[in-house]
Amino acid sequence: MSATGIGAAVRRKEDHRFITGTGHYTDDVNRPGQAYAYFVRSPHAHATIKSIDAKAASGMPGVVAVLTGAELAADKIGNLICGWMIHSKDGSPMKMAAHPALATGKACYVGDPVAVVIADSLAQARDAAEKVKVDYAVLPAVADPAAAQKAGAPQIHEVAPNNTIYQWHIGDAKAVDAAFKSAKHVTKLDIVNNRLVPNAIEPRAAIGEYEAGTGTFTLWNTTQNPHVARLVIAAFVGMAPEHRLRVIAPDVGGGFGSKIFIYPEEVVALWASKRAKRPVKWTADRGESFLSDAHGRDHITHAEMAFDAEGKIIALRAKTIANLGAYMSTFSSCVPTYLYATLLSGQYDIPQIYCEVDAVYTNTGPVDAYRGAGRPEAAFVVERLVEIGARELGQDPAELRRKNFIKNFPHQTPVIMTYDCGDYHASLKKALELADYKGFGKRKRESARHGKLRGIGFSAYIEACGIAPSQAIGSLGAGVGLWESAEVRVNPTGSVEILTGCHAHGQGHETTFAQLVSERLGIPIENISIVHGDTDKVQFGMGTYGSRSGAVGMSAIVKALDKVEAKAKKVASHLLEAAEGDIVFKDGKFTVAGTDKSVDWGAVVFNAYIAHKFNGQELEPGLKEGAFYDPSNFTFPAGCHICEVEVDPETGETRIVAWTAVDDFGVVINPMIVEGQVHGGIAQGIGQALLEGAAYDKDGQLLNGSFMDYSMPRANILPPLKVDVTVTKCPSNPLGIKGCGEAGAIAAPAAVINAITDAVGTEAVAMPATASTVWAAIRKSHVAKAAE
Amino acid sequence: MAAVSLTVNGKPVTADVDPRTLLVQLLRENLRLTGTHVGCDTSQCGACVVHVNGKAVKSCTVLALQLEGANVLTIEGLAPADGPLHPMQEAFRENHGLQCGYCTPGMIMTAVDIVRRKGNSLDDHTIREELEGNICRCTGYHNIVKAIAAGARAMPAVATAKAAE
Repeated sequence: MSATGIGAAVRRKEDHRFITGTGHYTDDVNRPGQAYAYFVRSPHAHATIKSIDAKAASGMPGVVAVLTGAELAADKIGNLICGWMIHSKDGSPMKMAAHPALATGKACYVGDPVAVVIADSLAQARDAAEKVKVDYAVLPAVADPAAAQKAGAPQIHEVAPNNTIYQWHIGDAKAVDAAFKSAKHVTKLDIVNNRLVPNAIEPRAAIGEYEAGTGTFTLWNTTQNPHVARLVIAAFVGMAPEHRLRVIAPDVGGGFGSKIFIYPEEVVALWASKRAKRPVKWTADRGESFLSDAHGRDHITHAEMAFDAEGKIIALRAKTIANLGAYMSTFSSCVPTYLYATLLSGQYDIPQIYCEVDAVYTNTGPVDAYRGAGRPEAAFVVERLVEIGARELGQDPAELRRKNFIKNFPHQTPVIMTYDCGDYHASLKKALELADYKGFGKRKRESARHGKLRGIGFSAYIEACGIAPSQAIGSLGAGVGLWESAEVRVNPTGSVEILTGCHAHGQGHETTFAQLVSERLGIPIENISIVHGDTDKVQFGMGTYGSRSGAVGMSAIVKALDKVEAKAKKVASHLLEAAEGDIVFKDGKFTVAGTDKSVDWGAVVFNAYIAHKFNGQELEPGLKEGAFYDPSNFTFPAGCHICEVEVDPETGETRIVAWTAVDDFGVVINPMIVEGQVHGGIAQGIGQALLEGAAYDKDGQLLNGSFMDYSMPRANILPPLKVDVTVTKCPSNPLGIKGCGEAGAIAAPAAVINAITDAVGTEAVAMPATASTVWAAIRKSHVAKAAE
Repeated sequence: MAAVSLTVNGKPVTADVDPRTLLVQLLRENLRLTGTHVGCDTSQCGACVVHVNGKAVKSCTVLALQLEGANVLTIEGLAPADGPLHPMQEAFRENHGLQCGYCTPGMIMTAVDIVRRKGNSLDDHTIREELEGNICRCTGYHNIVKAIAAGARAMPAVATAKAAE
């Protein structure tokens, strides 16, 4: 292993600009003559917009324009769309309601943008927005997804009776029912997977600029996938054809999924820039982010697991209601279906699984993918069921898991996925050792001496990453392919630019991708640039989410490097006057096999460009190659997290006292960065388990729409994290990578709740397990026990 | 509009601002010092922390006009241009104490202030408690805590907390 190659903990190349304050985020961009946008948003969760009077606002100082849905419609700006078609069990297509960038006719959630003020300064735009008079007729609203489906609930969109978007299912219901009939024991679970606000610390922002001379738009945008933004805004919104729309995603300050989607504000910024004949800048304040960023999770689930007499799991069934909010966001439909129910087999050999999912509209902000997207929800269902099952059967939870682990690969689950490889015993074993599972009883007694309840909880999660084989997802309803592209541009002086369709917003691609190239070409990482986030530079790409950039994005780079090497060998063969087949390339040197005749990378590259030593008609000059890589399967990272908690029975307060994570991500390129990804994922998972939850009242008002009210993990509630790996090499991509970005967020919630319920001796602990929730659960359980 | 004169990163600055202008707006919009970030508008996240007269302050919560004659240090002024990095900056890089980088300038400015108040030898518990006003959504804080402990050790010796206060 070289100091900067694959497997080395190389310090990040991108860090210098971030630690010196010279990063370049969207809000740092300022365009000459720019105006500022401020949105007028609905204060009601459901209301008819009777009229909008912009006269007073238009006369305010500095105001350039006040625009509403009427102007948007007049300019024939199209609606936002959801790009994944789901069909209901009866074969009918999902009920996608129109989603204009500015609400037209009625507003469907608090924060729904109904007008925008463009002014010389932000302060002027904000002042004028207060003078926009919107006459609303308030309608009854519904925020709870189960209530939304009930007869008599307010109807949000005509297209969707009972607010139901689809009623989907997967698996063999009859076979599952038969298995349940034969079961020795059935474990049952009712859970709410709490609604989360992603809260990247950088708020969303957009700058639109229209160049009248060429009819070209440019959008600077906080996006995880600039090309998909361009595609949707061109092909569906109809702002401009793709070749006249450039999307730039500069440094992006965290995404966690929430910056995948195409949002109203960026469409409006572009459109308004043409109307105003000036660049238009919009940056969300945190309150707007809370209301208008797509949220995550929000499932209500009933699930059951059937065991035979030996404790083998013989079937699982689940019924889930998924809240998609007021409009269908870009990928919302696939999250509670193909990213959720297909993972319900967990790490276990479960012969039969059946899952039904109803997706519903409510008068809340849109819900879409958030770190893990569907897979945390699945892991929570499976790992809670297994843990409770073990308790009910009187078995050790580690032992029950071991008994049911999948041992042979490839393994076909009853819910589509074919797991390619893994060693679940290895990660469990290592985690048990690192967590000193054997010593737990002693630690529990020690805690008891201090009046504390100690508990331990497991989460042996699995996820499907490396999203995704295009043909396979196409057959499941995806509107796009999920391959990735790469281009390797070798400059005459030997330095290399890698253009990738992935986008980094904290993942460190500028370092890991360069490590791959450094190892392959034998050149220092300083001589390698990773170029991303600009549709004028990178031809196309699908962006970064679903832990796909290593497995898919780097595989595309490998393919392009293969082509570069092949071409360079041709050039080298002319320089060395040897047969092309005899040239060996290693450590930056081209050698004639079996001889000491060699030429280095720099000489070959330079000669590729000056083309003096070969016939330019027979061999094209230059050295630049591109590749598209479409994966052959998903990847299946998996692992075991163990959480240990101490609960104060007097207050219900939970303290996480130890955390052990052993993950199998396949081949690791940079262990330092991978550990960092695991840390961050765990923190968000602990946040979901202990602190976070978007609270809407019954009228659809978000009650905790600021950092003062929505509790996120801070340094003092998190424990030091013990993180390790086991490795099975992924067979479906050339590097053997599985992906690591979401694992922590997928694993953690079940580990925490399993630990708390172990400590307090009752299963009825909902997320977030705040002190009051845990205290109430303890009280209720004591009362129930006393009554027995 | 009203005029305000102050020193920013060692340079005298005079600006004519709308009285409601916040320090962070003065820095970002007028002076184009965009290393200081806004994350929350409610003084919770700490992405906007700068030093005012040597002490950490959330620049989203101070009016620019309050700073007449003040000495402001931002992330851009922490280390001399083209000179070596500040030990705390170096420690964040060395310990992978950042991912997306958005909270990082505020974290580093806060960290330097913690050392000023608490000294060069910081235990985990102290660092975690002192970070109460800074939110990072990427790192889970594990490596930030490590970075601050290492940065504190590498910084020039400071007087003890009592003396510093």
